Amino acid sequence: MSYLRIRDLSVVLRGTRHRLLRDVSLDVSATEVMGLVGESGAGKSMIGKAVLGILPRSARIVSGSIELDGVDLLTLPPRKRRTLVGRKAALIPQDPLTALNPARRIEPQITDRLVDILGWDRARARTRAAEILHDVHIPQPDRVLRAYPHELSGGMRQRVLIASAFAAEPRLIVADEPTTALDVTVQKQILKLIFEMQARHETALLFVTHDLGVVSKICQRLTVLYGGLVMEEAEVGAFFDAPQHPYSRALLAATPRHTDPDADLTPVPDAVIAEARRAVAEADLRWHT
Amino acid sequence: MSDLYRVEDLRLSLPDMTRKPLFGAAPRIEILKGMSFTIPKGQVLGIVGGSGSGKSTLGRALVRLLEPTGGRVTFDGTDLTHLPEPALRPLRHRFQMIFQDPMSSLNPRMSVARIIAAPLSLHGRPNPREGALEALERVGLPRSFGARFPHELSGGQRQRIGIARAIALRPDFILADEIVSGLDVSSQAQVLSILRNLVREMNLTLAFISHDLSVIRRLCDRVLVLHQGEIVEDAACEALFAAPQAAYTRELLEAIPEPDPKKPWFERAS
Ligand SMILES: Nc1ncnc2c1ncn2[C@@H]1O[C@H](COP(=O)(O)OP(=O)(O)OP(=O)(O)O)[C@@H](O)[C@H]1O
Ligand SMILES: Nc1ncnc2c1ncn2[C@@H]1O[C@H](COP(=O)(O)OP(=O)(O)OP(=O)(O)O)[C@@H](O)[C@H]1O
Ligand SMILES: [Mg+2]
Ligand SMILES: [Mg+2]
Repeated sequence: MSYLRIRDLSVVLRGTRHRLLRDVSLDVSATEVMGLVGESGAGKSMIGKAVLGILPRSARIVSGSIELDGVDLLTLPPRKRRTLVGRKAALIPQDPLTALNPARRIEPQITDRLVDILGWDRARARTRAAEILHDVHIPQPDRVLRAYPHELSGGMRQRVLIASAFAAEPRLIVADEPTTALDVTVQKQILKLIFEMQARHETALLFVTHDLGVVSKICQRLTVLYGGLVMEEAEVGAFFDAPQHPYSRALLAATPRHTDPDADLTPVPDAVIAEARRAVAEADLRWHT
Repeated sequence: MSDLYRVEDLRLSLPDMTRKPLFGAAPRIEILKGMSFTIPKGQVLGIVGGSGSGKSTLGRALVRLLEPTGGRVTFDGTDLTHLPEPALRPLRHRFQMIFQDPMSSLNPRMSVARIIAAPLSLHGRPNPREGALEALERVGLPRSFGARFPHELSGGQRQRIGIARAIALRPDFILADEIVSGLDVSSQAQVLSILRNLVREMNLTLAFISHDLSVIRRLCDRVLVLHQGEIVEDAACEALFAAPQAAYTRELLEAIPEPDPKKPWFERAS
Protein backbone atom coordinates (compact mmCIF):
# COMPACT_ATOMS: atom_id res chain seq x y z
CA MET A 1 0.00 0.00 0.00
CA SER A 2 1.36 3.40 -0.95
CA TYR A 3 1.40 6.03 1.73
CA LEU A 4 1.89 8.68 -0.92
CA ARG A 5 0.28 8.03 -4.28
CA ILE A 6 0.60 10.57 -7.09
CA ARG A 7 -1.23 9.96 -10.37
CA ASP A 8 -0.85 11.85 -13.65
CA LEU A 9 -0.01 15.08 -11.93
CA SER A 10 0.38 18.06 -14.23
CA VAL A 11 1.42 21.51 -13.07
CA VAL A 12 1.51 24.51 -15.40
CA LEU A 13 3.04 27.93 -15.23
CA ARG A 14 -0.01 30.00 -14.33
CA GLY A 15 -1.68 31.70 -17.26
CA THR A 16 0.11 29.49 -19.78
CA ARG A 17 -0.15 25.97 -21.16
CA HIS A 18 3.50 25.37 -20.33
CA ARG A 19 3.83 22.36 -18.06
CA LEU A 20 6.42 22.20 -15.28
CA LEU A 21 5.27 18.67 -14.31
CA ARG A 22 4.02 16.29 -16.98
CA ASP A 23 1.65 13.49 -15.93
CA VAL A 24 3.85 12.50 -13.00
CA SER A 25 2.94 9.25 -11.23
CA LEU A 26 4.86 8.20 -8.18
CA ASP A 27 4.36 5.95 -5.15
CA VAL A 28 6.07 5.95 -1.79
CA SER A 29 5.05 3.22 0.59
CA ALA A 30 5.09 3.62 4.37
CA THR A 31 8.67 3.27 5.76
CA GLU A 32 10.20 3.49 2.26
CA VAL A 33 12.93 5.87 1.11
CA MET A 34 12.32 7.08 -2.44
CA GLY A 35 14.94 9.14 -4.25
CA LEU A 36 13.87 11.82 -6.70
CA VAL A 37 16.70 12.75 -9.06
CA GLY A 38 17.25 14.85 -12.15
CA GLU A 39 19.13 17.87 -13.41
CA SER A 40 18.52 21.35 -12.15
CA GLY A 41 15.06 22.50 -13.27
CA ALA A 42 13.75 18.96 -13.80
CA GLY A 43 10.87 19.58 -11.39
CA LYS A 44 12.08 17.71 -8.30
CA SER A 45 11.22 20.49 -5.87
CA MET A 46 7.89 21.12 -7.63
CA ILE A 47 6.77 17.58 -6.80
CA GLY A 48 7.71 18.01 -3.15
CA LYS A 49 5.96 21.37 -3.00
CA ALA A 50 2.83 20.04 -4.69
CA VAL A 51 2.58 17.29 -2.06
CA LEU A 52 3.05 19.70 0.82
CA GLY A 53 0.69 22.27 -0.70
CA ILE A 54 3.34 24.98 -0.89
CA LEU A 55 3.57 25.52 -4.65
CA PRO A 56 4.58 29.04 -5.67
CA ARG A 57 1.71 31.25 -6.85
CA SER A 58 3.06 31.13 -10.37
CA ALA A 59 2.47 27.36 -10.55
CA ARG A 60 -0.95 25.70 -10.77
CA ILE A 61 -2.07 22.06 -10.62
CA VAL A 62 -4.26 21.35 -13.66
CA SER A 63 -4.84 17.62 -13.47
CA GLY A 64 -4.06 14.46 -11.57
CA SER A 65 -4.34 13.42 -7.95
CA ILE A 66 -2.18 13.32 -4.83
CA GLU A 67 -3.30 10.79 -2.24
CA LEU A 68 -1.81 10.89 1.22
CA ASP A 69 -2.75 7.93 3.41
CA GLY A 70 -5.69 7.19 1.10
CA VAL A 71 -7.11 10.71 1.08
CA ASP A 72 -7.09 12.71 -2.18
CA LEU A 73 -5.61 16.03 -1.10
CA LEU A 74 -6.69 17.94 -4.18
CA THR A 75 -10.41 17.43 -3.48
CA LEU A 76 -10.17 18.76 0.10
CA PRO A 77 -11.02 22.36 0.98
CA PRO A 78 -7.77 24.32 1.55
CA ARG A 79 -8.09 24.54 5.30
CA LYS A 80 -8.75 20.85 5.83
CA ARG A 81 -5.96 20.06 3.48
CA ARG A 82 -3.48 22.19 5.40
CA THR A 83 -4.35 20.53 8.69
CA LEU A 84 -4.12 17.06 7.21
CA VAL A 85 -0.79 17.70 5.52
CA GLY A 86 0.51 19.44 8.65
CA ARG A 87 -0.29 16.36 10.74
CA LYS A 88 0.98 13.75 8.35
CA ALA A 89 3.84 15.28 6.41
CA ALA A 90 6.81 17.57 6.95
CA LEU A 91 9.68 19.13 5.03
CA ILE A 92 13.43 19.14 5.59
CA PRO A 93 14.47 22.15 3.49
CA GLN A 94 17.63 22.68 1.51
CA ASP A 95 19.19 25.76 2.95
CA PRO A 96 19.59 25.68 6.73
CA LEU A 97 20.37 29.39 6.83
CA THR A 98 17.32 30.82 5.12
CA ALA A 99 14.89 28.20 6.41
CA LEU A 100 15.17 29.48 9.97
CA ASN A 101 13.96 32.91 10.98
CA PRO A 102 17.10 34.78 12.06
CA ALA A 103 15.20 37.02 14.46
CA ARG A 104 13.62 34.24 16.53
CA ARG A 105 15.06 31.77 18.98
CA ILE A 106 15.09 28.09 18.04
CA GLU A 107 12.42 27.01 20.53
CA PRO A 108 9.34 28.66 19.01
CA GLN A 109 10.54 27.71 15.56
CA ILE A 110 10.14 24.07 16.57
CA THR A 111 7.16 24.33 18.90
CA ASP A 112 4.83 26.61 16.89
CA ARG A 113 3.80 23.75 14.62
CA LEU A 114 3.14 21.44 17.55
CA VAL A 115 0.93 24.03 19.18
CA ASP A 116 -0.87 25.18 16.03
CA ILE A 117 -1.39 21.87 14.29
CA LEU A 118 -1.50 19.28 17.04
CA GLY A 119 -3.05 21.64 19.59
CA TRP A 120 -0.49 20.87 22.29
CA ASP A 121 0.13 23.27 25.16
CA ARG A 122 3.44 25.17 25.25
CA ALA A 123 4.96 23.13 28.08
CA ARG A 124 4.35 19.82 26.35
CA ALA A 125 5.65 21.21 23.06
CA ARG A 126 8.78 22.45 24.78
CA THR A 127 9.49 19.08 26.39
CA ARG A 128 9.04 17.43 23.03
CA ALA A 129 11.39 19.93 21.34
CA ALA A 130 14.15 19.23 23.88
CA GLU A 131 13.60 15.50 23.47
CA ILE A 132 13.78 15.60 19.68
CA LEU A 133 16.93 17.78 19.73
CA HIS A 134 18.47 15.13 21.95
CA ASP A 135 17.48 12.52 19.33
CA VAL A 136 19.44 14.34 16.64
CA HIS A 137 22.52 14.26 18.89
CA ILE A 138 22.54 17.88 19.91
CA PRO A 139 24.54 17.87 23.14
CA GLN A 140 22.85 20.65 25.14
CA PRO A 141 19.26 20.87 23.88
CA ASP A 142 18.20 23.49 26.41
CA ARG A 143 20.98 25.82 25.41
CA VAL A 144 20.20 25.36 21.71
CA LEU A 145 16.49 26.02 22.28
CA ARG A 146 17.40 29.45 23.63
CA ALA A 147 19.91 30.18 20.84
CA TYR A 148 19.40 32.26 17.71
CA PRO A 149 20.17 30.61 14.33
CA HIS A 150 23.36 32.64 13.73
CA GLU A 151 24.83 31.22 16.92
CA LEU A 152 24.82 27.73 15.39
CA SER A 153 27.04 26.22 12.68
CA GLY A 154 25.57 25.11 9.33
CA GLY A 155 25.60 21.44 10.36
CA MET A 156 23.96 22.27 13.69
CA ARG A 157 21.20 24.32 12.00
CA GLN A 158 20.49 21.41 9.66
CA ARG A 159 20.15 19.13 12.71
CA VAL A 160 17.63 21.56 14.17
CA LEU A 161 15.61 21.45 10.93
CA ILE A 162 15.67 17.65 10.92
CA ALA A 163 14.51 17.60 14.53
CA SER A 164 11.80 20.08 13.69
CA ALA A 165 10.56 17.93 10.78
CA PHE A 166 10.33 14.82 12.96
CA ALA A 167 8.89 16.58 16.03
CA ALA A 168 5.21 16.01 15.22
CA GLU A 169 5.82 12.36 14.22
CA PRO A 170 4.80 12.80 10.58
CA ARG A 171 4.35 9.68 8.47
CA LEU A 172 5.92 11.25 5.37
CA ILE A 173 8.95 13.48 5.14
CA VAL A 174 10.02 15.38 2.05
CA ALA A 175 13.74 16.18 2.20
CA ASP A 176 14.69 18.67 -0.52
CA GLU A 177 18.47 18.52 -1.06
CA PRO A 178 19.05 18.75 2.67
CA THR A 179 22.84 18.53 2.44
CA THR A 180 23.90 20.50 -0.65
CA ALA A 181 24.93 23.50 1.45
CA LEU A 182 27.22 21.38 3.64
CA ASP A 183 30.76 20.08 3.19
CA VAL A 184 31.26 16.35 2.52
CA THR A 185 32.17 15.29 6.04
CA VAL A 186 29.23 17.14 7.57
CA GLN A 187 27.00 15.85 4.75
CA LYS A 188 27.82 12.29 5.75
CA GLN A 189 26.89 12.91 9.39
CA ILE A 190 23.63 14.56 8.39
CA LEU A 191 22.64 11.81 5.94
CA LYS A 192 23.39 9.21 8.56
CA LEU A 193 21.18 11.09 10.96
CA ILE A 194 18.25 11.39 8.52
CA PHE A 195 18.57 7.70 7.76
CA GLU A 196 18.65 6.78 11.44
CA MET A 197 15.65 8.97 12.27
CA GLN A 198 13.71 7.62 9.28
CA ALA A 199 14.33 4.04 10.42
CA ARG A 200 13.54 4.69 14.06
CA HIS A 201 10.34 6.61 13.35
CA GLU A 202 9.37 4.38 10.41
CA THR A 203 8.60 7.37 8.24
CA ALA A 204 8.15 7.34 4.49
CA LEU A 205 10.84 9.56 2.97
CA LEU A 206 10.85 11.34 -0.38
CA PHE A 207 14.44 12.36 -0.84
CA VAL A 208 15.15 15.04 -3.48
CA THR A 209 18.74 15.22 -4.70
CA HIS A 210 20.82 15.51 -7.83
CA ASP A 211 23.50 13.25 -6.40
CA LEU A 212 23.15 9.61 -7.45
CA GLY A 213 25.92 8.75 -4.98
CA VAL A 214 23.65 9.83 -2.14
CA VAL A 215 20.71 7.92 -3.64
CA SER A 216 22.74 4.71 -3.78
CA LYS A 217 23.44 4.99 -0.06
CA ILE A 218 20.07 5.80 1.43
CA CYS A 219 17.22 5.00 -0.96
CA GLN A 220 15.37 1.80 -1.76
CA ARG A 221 13.86 3.08 -4.98
CA LEU A 222 14.36 6.09 -7.19
CA THR A 223 12.55 8.11 -9.83
CA VAL A 224 14.49 9.92 -12.56
CA LEU A 225 12.94 13.12 -13.90
CA TYR A 226 13.74 15.17 -16.96
CA GLY A 227 11.75 18.23 -17.96
CA GLY A 228 8.99 17.41 -15.49
CA LEU A 229 8.55 13.95 -17.05
CA VAL A 230 9.35 10.65 -15.33
CA MET A 231 12.09 8.92 -17.34
CA GLU A 232 12.50 5.87 -15.16
CA GLU A 233 11.40 4.43 -11.84
CA ALA A 234 13.44 1.57 -10.41
CA GLU A 235 14.73 -0.37 -7.42
CA VAL A 236 18.08 1.05 -6.39
CA GLY A 237 19.96 -2.26 -6.73
CA ALA A 238 18.66 -2.90 -10.25
CA PHE A 239 19.19 0.70 -11.30
CA PHE A 240 22.87 0.86 -10.40
CA ASP A 241 23.46 -2.52 -12.04
CA ALA A 242 21.76 -1.53 -15.28
CA PRO A 243 19.77 1.67 -15.68
CA GLN A 244 17.09 1.10 -18.33
CA HIS A 245 16.59 4.52 -19.82
CA PRO A 246 19.37 6.09 -21.95
CA TYR A 247 18.98 9.33 -20.01
CA SER A 248 19.46 7.51 -16.68
CA ARG A 249 22.54 5.76 -18.06
CA ALA A 250 24.03 9.09 -19.12
CA LEU A 251 23.23 10.66 -15.75
CA LEU A 252 24.96 7.79 -13.97
CA ALA A 253 27.97 8.10 -16.28
CA ALA A 254 28.22 11.80 -15.46
CA THR A 255 28.32 11.09 -11.72
CA PRO A 256 31.90 11.37 -10.46
CA ARG A 257 33.60 8.35 -8.91
CA HIS A 258 36.77 9.09 -7.01
CA THR A 259 37.70 5.40 -6.83
CA ASP A 260 37.87 5.05 -10.60
CA PRO A 261 41.32 5.94 -11.95
CA ASP A 262 39.92 6.29 -15.46
CA ALA A 263 37.08 8.51 -14.34
CA ASP A 264 36.50 11.03 -17.07
CA LEU A 265 34.38 14.05 -17.74
CA THR A 266 31.23 12.81 -19.41
CA PRO A 267 28.42 15.33 -19.58
CA VAL A 268 25.07 13.94 -20.72
CA PRO A 269 25.57 13.72 -24.52
CA ASP A 270 23.56 16.05 -26.75
CA ALA A 271 21.95 13.09 -28.52
CA VAL A 272 20.57 11.78 -25.21
CA ILE A 273 19.26 15.22 -24.29
CA ALA A 274 17.63 15.47 -27.72
CA GLU A 275 15.91 12.15 -27.16
CA ALA A 276 14.66 13.17 -23.71
CA ARG A 277 13.35 16.41 -25.20
CA ARG A 278 11.52 14.43 -27.85
CA ALA A 279 9.84 12.35 -25.17
CA VAL A 280 8.77 15.59 -23.47
CA ALA A 281 7.41 16.99 -26.74
CA GLU A 282 5.48 13.80 -27.45
CA ALA A 283 3.93 13.83 -23.98
CA ASP A 284 2.84 17.43 -24.57
CA LEU A 285 1.37 16.57 -27.96
CA ARG A 286 -0.80 13.88 -26.38
CA TRP A 287 -1.77 16.27 -23.61
CA HIS A 288 -2.75 19.16 -25.86
CA THR A 289 -4.96 17.08 -28.17
CA MET B 1 58.98 23.85 -15.95
CA SER B 2 59.28 27.12 -14.01
CA ASP B 3 57.07 28.11 -11.14
CA LEU B 4 54.31 30.68 -11.62
CA TYR B 5 53.69 30.94 -7.87
CA ARG B 6 56.09 30.42 -5.00
CA VAL B 7 54.46 30.48 -1.59
CA GLU B 8 56.67 30.41 1.50
CA ASP B 9 55.39 30.15 5.06
CA LEU B 10 52.23 32.07 4.17
CA ARG B 11 50.39 33.33 7.24
CA LEU B 12 47.21 35.27 7.57
CA SER B 13 45.40 36.37 10.68
CA LEU B 14 42.30 38.50 11.01
CA PRO B 15 40.67 40.30 13.92
CA ASP B 16 37.95 38.04 15.34
CA MET B 17 34.97 40.39 15.53
CA THR B 18 32.84 37.79 17.31
CA ARG B 19 35.15 37.98 20.33
CA LYS B 20 35.86 41.69 20.33
CA PRO B 21 35.66 43.13 23.84
CA LEU B 22 33.63 46.29 24.40
CA PHE B 23 36.84 48.32 24.62
CA GLY B 24 40.11 47.65 22.89
CA ALA B 25 41.15 45.56 19.94
CA ALA B 26 39.59 42.28 18.92
CA PRO B 27 41.81 39.23 19.43
CA ARG B 28 43.30 37.96 16.18
CA ILE B 29 42.62 34.51 14.83
CA GLU B 30 45.16 32.73 12.70
CA ILE B 31 43.45 31.47 9.57
CA LEU B 32 46.47 30.42 7.50
CA LYS B 33 49.15 28.94 9.73
CA GLY B 34 52.26 28.90 7.56
CA MET B 35 51.75 27.30 4.16
CA SER B 36 54.53 26.57 1.66
CA PHE B 37 54.08 25.28 -1.90
CA THR B 38 54.71 26.17 -5.51
CA ILE B 39 52.48 26.15 -8.58
CA PRO B 40 54.44 25.32 -11.75
CA LYS B 41 53.30 27.02 -14.95
CA GLY B 42 50.56 25.11 -16.73
CA GLN B 43 49.63 23.03 -13.71
CA VAL B 44 46.09 22.43 -12.45
CA LEU B 45 46.27 22.49 -8.68
CA GLY B 46 43.35 21.23 -6.61
CA ILE B 47 42.80 22.72 -3.16
CA VAL B 48 40.49 20.66 -0.93
CA GLY B 49 39.39 20.75 2.68
CA GLY B 50 36.31 20.94 4.85
CA SER B 51 34.28 24.06 5.51
CA GLY B 52 36.37 26.66 7.35
CA SER B 53 39.71 25.00 6.56
CA GLY B 54 40.99 28.19 4.90
CA LYS B 55 40.59 27.41 1.17
CA SER B 56 38.94 30.70 0.18
CA THR B 57 41.29 32.69 2.39
CA LEU B 58 44.30 31.06 0.72
CA GLY B 59 42.79 31.77 -2.71
CA ARG B 60 42.19 35.41 -1.84
CA ALA B 61 45.74 35.79 -0.58
CA LEU B 62 47.09 34.36 -3.87
CA VAL B 63 45.24 36.94 -5.97
CA ARG B 64 45.92 39.59 -3.31
CA LEU B 65 42.34 40.33 -2.39
CA LEU B 66 43.76 39.82 1.10
CA GLU B 67 47.18 40.90 2.30
CA PRO B 68 49.19 38.17 4.05
CA THR B 69 50.37 38.89 7.58
CA GLY B 70 53.49 36.75 7.24
CA GLY B 71 55.59 34.80 4.79
CA ARG B 72 55.93 35.50 1.09
CA VAL B 73 53.93 35.08 -2.13
CA THR B 74 55.89 35.42 -5.37
CA PHE B 75 54.10 35.56 -8.73
CA ASP B 76 56.26 35.02 -11.80
CA GLY B 77 59.26 36.50 -10.04
CA THR B 78 57.43 39.46 -8.48
CA ASP B 79 56.96 39.56 -4.72
CA LEU B 80 53.22 40.24 -4.24
CA THR B 81 53.12 39.86 -0.47
CA HIS B 82 52.80 43.49 0.54
CA LEU B 83 52.67 45.17 -2.86
CA PRO B 84 50.45 48.29 -2.59
CA GLU B 85 47.39 48.53 -4.84
CA PRO B 86 48.84 50.98 -7.44
CA ALA B 87 51.75 48.60 -8.04
CA LEU B 88 49.37 45.63 -8.15
CA ARG B 89 47.02 47.18 -10.68
CA PRO B 90 49.12 46.57 -13.83
CA LEU B 91 49.50 42.93 -12.71
CA ARG B 92 45.86 42.27 -11.83
CA HIS B 93 44.74 41.21 -15.29
CA ARG B 94 47.24 38.36 -15.09
CA PHE B 95 45.49 36.61 -12.17
CA GLN B 96 41.73 36.27 -12.16
CA MET B 97 39.27 34.75 -9.75
CA ILE B 98 35.94 33.00 -10.43
CA PHE B 99 33.53 32.93 -7.55
CA GLN B 100 31.23 30.26 -6.19
CA ASP B 101 27.93 32.01 -6.50
CA PRO B 102 27.63 33.13 -10.12
CA MET B 103 24.38 35.05 -9.59
CA SER B 104 25.67 37.44 -6.97
CA SER B 105 28.81 38.20 -8.95
CA LEU B 106 26.94 39.01 -12.17
CA ASN B 107 25.20 42.38 -12.43
CA PRO B 108 21.52 41.51 -13.10
CA ARG B 109 20.91 44.69 -15.10
CA MET B 110 23.75 44.13 -17.54
CA SER B 111 23.62 41.95 -20.65
CA VAL B 112 26.01 39.01 -20.78
CA ALA B 113 28.14 40.74 -23.44
CA ARG B 114 28.52 43.85 -21.28
CA ILE B 115 29.32 41.79 -18.19
CA ILE B 116 32.18 40.05 -19.96
CA ALA B 117 33.37 43.20 -21.73
CA ALA B 118 33.50 45.32 -18.55
CA PRO B 119 36.93 44.18 -17.32
CA LEU B 120 38.26 44.47 -20.90
CA SER B 121 37.23 48.12 -21.10
CA LEU B 122 38.60 48.69 -17.61
CA HIS B 123 42.01 47.47 -18.72
CA GLY B 124 41.82 49.57 -21.87
CA ARG B 125 41.69 46.67 -24.31
CA PRO B 126 40.64 47.51 -27.88
CA ASN B 127 37.27 46.24 -29.10
CA PRO B 128 35.93 44.85 -25.81
CA ARG B 129 32.64 43.68 -27.30
CA GLU B 130 34.33 41.45 -29.85
CA GLY B 131 36.63 40.12 -27.10
CA ALA B 132 33.56 39.28 -25.01
CA LEU B 133 31.83 37.37 -27.81
CA GLU B 134 35.02 35.44 -28.50
CA ALA B 135 35.25 34.49 -24.84
CA LEU B 136 31.64 33.24 -25.01
CA GLU B 137 32.56 30.93 -27.85
CA ARG B 138 35.54 29.62 -25.92
CA VAL B 139 33.24 28.45 -23.11
CA GLY B 140 30.96 26.72 -25.61
CA LEU B 141 28.12 29.26 -25.74
CA PRO B 142 26.83 30.84 -28.96
CA ARG B 143 27.52 34.53 -29.56
CA SER B 144 23.78 35.19 -29.37
CA PHE B 145 24.03 34.63 -25.60
CA GLY B 146 25.66 38.04 -25.42
CA ALA B 147 22.20 39.61 -25.59
CA ARG B 148 20.82 37.66 -22.63
CA PHE B 149 20.56 38.74 -19.01
CA PRO B 150 21.76 36.66 -16.01
CA HIS B 151 18.23 35.66 -14.88
CA GLU B 152 17.62 34.10 -18.29
CA LEU B 153 20.40 31.57 -17.75
CA SER B 154 20.63 28.23 -15.95
CA GLY B 155 23.12 27.76 -13.11
CA GLY B 156 25.60 25.98 -15.35
CA GLN B 157 25.34 28.68 -18.02
CA ARG B 158 25.91 31.41 -15.44
CA GLN B 159 29.01 29.65 -14.23
CA ARG B 160 30.28 29.58 -17.82
CA ILE B 161 29.72 33.35 -18.05
CA GLY B 162 31.89 33.72 -14.95
CA ILE B 163 34.60 31.70 -16.68
CA ALA B 164 34.24 33.69 -19.91
CA ARG B 165 34.64 36.94 -17.99
CA ALA B 166 37.79 35.64 -16.31
CA ILE B 167 39.46 34.34 -19.48
CA ALA B 168 38.54 37.33 -21.65
CA LEU B 169 41.57 39.16 -20.25
CA ARG B 170 43.80 36.24 -21.23
CA PRO B 171 45.25 35.85 -17.75
CA ASP B 172 48.14 33.55 -16.81
CA PHE B 173 46.39 32.28 -13.71
CA ILE B 174 42.82 31.56 -12.70
CA LEU B 175 41.59 30.76 -9.25
CA ALA B 176 38.22 28.98 -9.26
CA ASP B 177 36.54 28.89 -5.84
CA GLU B 178 33.91 26.11 -5.54
CA ILE B 179 32.53 26.94 -8.96
CA VAL B 180 30.79 23.63 -9.58
CA SER B 181 29.50 22.84 -6.07
CA GLY B 182 25.95 24.02 -6.70
CA LEU B 183 25.59 22.38 -10.11
CA ASP B 184 24.01 19.09 -11.11
CA VAL B 185 26.42 16.39 -12.30
CA SER B 186 25.85 16.99 -15.98
CA SER B 187 26.49 20.75 -15.80
CA GLN B 188 29.40 19.97 -13.50
CA ALA B 189 31.02 17.71 -16.07
CA GLN B 190 30.43 20.34 -18.76
CA VAL B 191 32.10 23.13 -16.80
CA LEU B 192 35.04 20.88 -15.86
CA SER B 193 35.69 19.81 -19.42
CA ILE B 194 35.55 23.45 -20.58
CA LEU B 195 38.14 24.36 -17.94
CA ARG B 196 40.38 21.52 -19.01
CA ASN B 197 40.29 22.60 -22.64
CA LEU B 198 41.00 26.21 -21.71
CA VAL B 199 44.04 25.20 -19.68
CA ARG B 200 45.40 23.43 -22.74
CA GLU B 201 44.47 26.00 -25.37
CA MET B 202 45.30 29.17 -23.48
CA ASN B 203 48.33 27.94 -21.58
CA LEU B 204 46.62 28.67 -18.27
CA THR B 205 47.67 27.80 -14.76
CA LEU B 206 44.67 26.94 -12.62
CA ALA B 207 43.98 26.57 -8.91
CA PHE B 208 40.69 24.82 -8.31
CA ILE B 209 39.11 24.98 -4.86
CA SER B 210 36.58 22.33 -3.92
CA HIS B 211 35.46 20.30 -0.95
CA ASP B 212 34.73 17.34 -3.21
CA LEU B 213 37.66 15.09 -4.03
CA SER B 214 35.82 13.22 -6.77
CA VAL B 215 35.59 16.46 -8.74
CA ILE B 216 39.28 17.16 -8.13
CA ARG B 217 40.23 13.75 -9.46
CA ARG B 218 38.82 14.52 -12.87
CA LEU B 219 40.61 17.78 -13.33
CA CYS B 220 43.77 18.24 -11.33
CA ASP B 221 47.43 17.31 -11.66
CA ARG B 222 48.24 17.90 -8.04
CA VAL B 223 46.28 18.35 -4.81
CA LEU B 224 46.76 20.31 -1.59
CA VAL B 225 44.67 19.09 1.32
CA LEU B 226 43.90 21.80 3.89
CA HIS B 227 42.77 21.24 7.44
CA GLN B 228 42.38 23.97 10.04
CA GLY B 229 44.63 26.41 8.23
CA GLU B 230 47.44 24.00 7.45
CA ILE B 231 48.47 21.88 4.48
CA VAL B 232 48.18 18.29 5.69
CA GLU B 233 48.99 16.70 2.34
CA ASP B 234 50.57 17.86 -0.93
CA ALA B 235 50.62 15.13 -3.54
CA ALA B 236 50.28 14.30 -7.20
CA CYS B 237 46.63 13.55 -7.94
CA GLU B 238 47.18 9.88 -8.80
CA ALA B 239 49.33 9.28 -5.72
CA LEU B 240 46.79 10.93 -3.45
CA PHE B 241 43.95 8.69 -4.58
CA ALA B 242 46.10 5.56 -4.73
CA ALA B 243 47.55 6.03 -1.25
CA PRO B 244 46.26 8.95 0.80
CA GLN B 245 48.81 9.76 3.51
CA ALA B 246 47.06 12.09 5.95
CA ALA B 247 44.27 10.79 8.19
CA TYR B 248 42.20 13.81 7.23
CA THR B 249 42.53 13.02 3.51
CA ARG B 250 41.19 9.54 4.18
CA GLU B 251 38.31 11.02 6.12
CA LEU B 252 37.44 13.28 3.18
CA LEU B 253 37.59 10.33 0.78
CA GLU B 254 35.39 8.16 2.97
CA ALA B 255 32.79 10.90 3.20
CA ILE B 256 32.10 10.82 -0.55
CA PRO B 257 29.10 8.66 -1.40
CA GLU B 258 30.19 6.52 -4.35
CA PRO B 259 27.29 5.77 -6.69
CA ASP B 260 27.27 2.10 -5.75
CA PRO B 261 24.70 0.61 -3.37
CA LYS B 262 26.85 -2.46 -2.75
CA LYS B 263 29.65 -0.53 -1.08
CA PRO B 264 28.69 -0.01 2.56
CA TRP B 265 28.95 3.58 3.65
CA PHE B 266 27.31 3.70 7.05
CA GLU B 267 25.46 0.96 8.81
CA ARG B 268 21.75 1.31 9.27
CA ALA B 269 20.99 1.96 12.93
CA SER B 270 18.74 -0.71 14.38
N1 LIG C 1 8.46 30.18 -8.58
C1 LIG C 1 8.49 29.70 -9.82
N2 LIG C 1 7.74 30.25 -10.79
C2 LIG C 1 7.76 29.79 -12.05
N3 LIG C 1 8.50 28.76 -12.45
C3 LIG C 1 9.28 28.16 -11.55
C4 LIG C 1 9.32 28.59 -10.19
N4 LIG C 1 10.19 27.81 -9.52
C5 LIG C 1 10.67 26.93 -10.42
N5 LIG C 1 10.12 27.14 -11.64
C6 LIG C 1 10.39 26.37 -12.86
O1 LIG C 1 9.84 25.07 -12.69
C7 LIG C 1 10.69 24.07 -13.22
C8 LIG C 1 11.00 23.04 -12.17
O2 LIG C 1 11.68 23.69 -11.09
P1 LIG C 1 12.13 22.95 -9.78
O3 LIG C 1 12.49 24.01 -8.80
O4 LIG C 1 11.12 21.95 -9.38
O5 LIG C 1 13.46 22.22 -10.29
P2 LIG C 1 14.42 21.25 -9.48
O6 LIG C 1 14.41 19.94 -10.19
O7 LIG C 1 14.07 21.27 -8.05
O8 LIG C 1 15.83 21.93 -9.75
P3 LIG C 1 17.05 22.28 -8.76
O9 LIG C 1 17.91 21.05 -8.75
O10 LIG C 1 17.74 23.42 -9.45
O11 LIG C 1 16.50 22.63 -7.42
C9 LIG C 1 11.92 24.80 -13.75
O12 LIG C 1 11.79 24.96 -15.13
C10 LIG C 1 11.87 26.14 -13.06
O13 LIG C 1 12.44 27.14 -13.88
N1 LIG D 1 36.61 38.12 7.66
C1 LIG D 1 36.78 37.14 8.56
N2 LIG D 1 36.84 37.41 9.89
C2 LIG D 1 37.01 36.43 10.79
N3 LIG D 1 37.13 35.14 10.49
C3 LIG D 1 37.08 34.80 9.19
C4 LIG D 1 36.90 35.76 8.16
N4 LIG D 1 36.89 35.13 6.98
C5 LIG D 1 37.04 33.82 7.26
N5 LIG D 1 37.16 33.63 8.60
C6 LIG D 1 37.37 32.33 9.26
O1 LIG D 1 38.50 31.74 8.69
C7 LIG D 1 38.34 30.34 8.55
C8 LIG D 1 38.61 29.94 7.12
O2 LIG D 1 37.62 30.49 6.28
P1 LIG D 1 37.56 30.23 4.71
O3 LIG D 1 36.42 31.01 4.19
O4 LIG D 1 38.90 30.46 4.12
O5 LIG D 1 37.24 28.68 4.68
P2 LIG D 1 36.89 27.74 3.45
O6 LIG D 1 37.84 26.60 3.54
O7 LIG D 1 36.84 28.52 2.20
O8 LIG D 1 35.44 27.23 3.86
P3 LIG D 1 34.12 26.94 2.96
O9 LIG D 1 34.30 25.56 2.42
O10 LIG D 1 33.02 26.98 3.99
O11 LIG D 1 34.03 28.00 1.92
C9 LIG D 1 36.94 30.03 9.03
O12 LIG D 1 37.01 29.54 10.34
C10 LIG D 1 36.24 31.35 8.99
O13 LIG D 1 35.24 31.42 9.98
MG1 LIG E 1 15.02 22.04 -6.34
MG1 LIG F 1 35.27 28.99 0.82
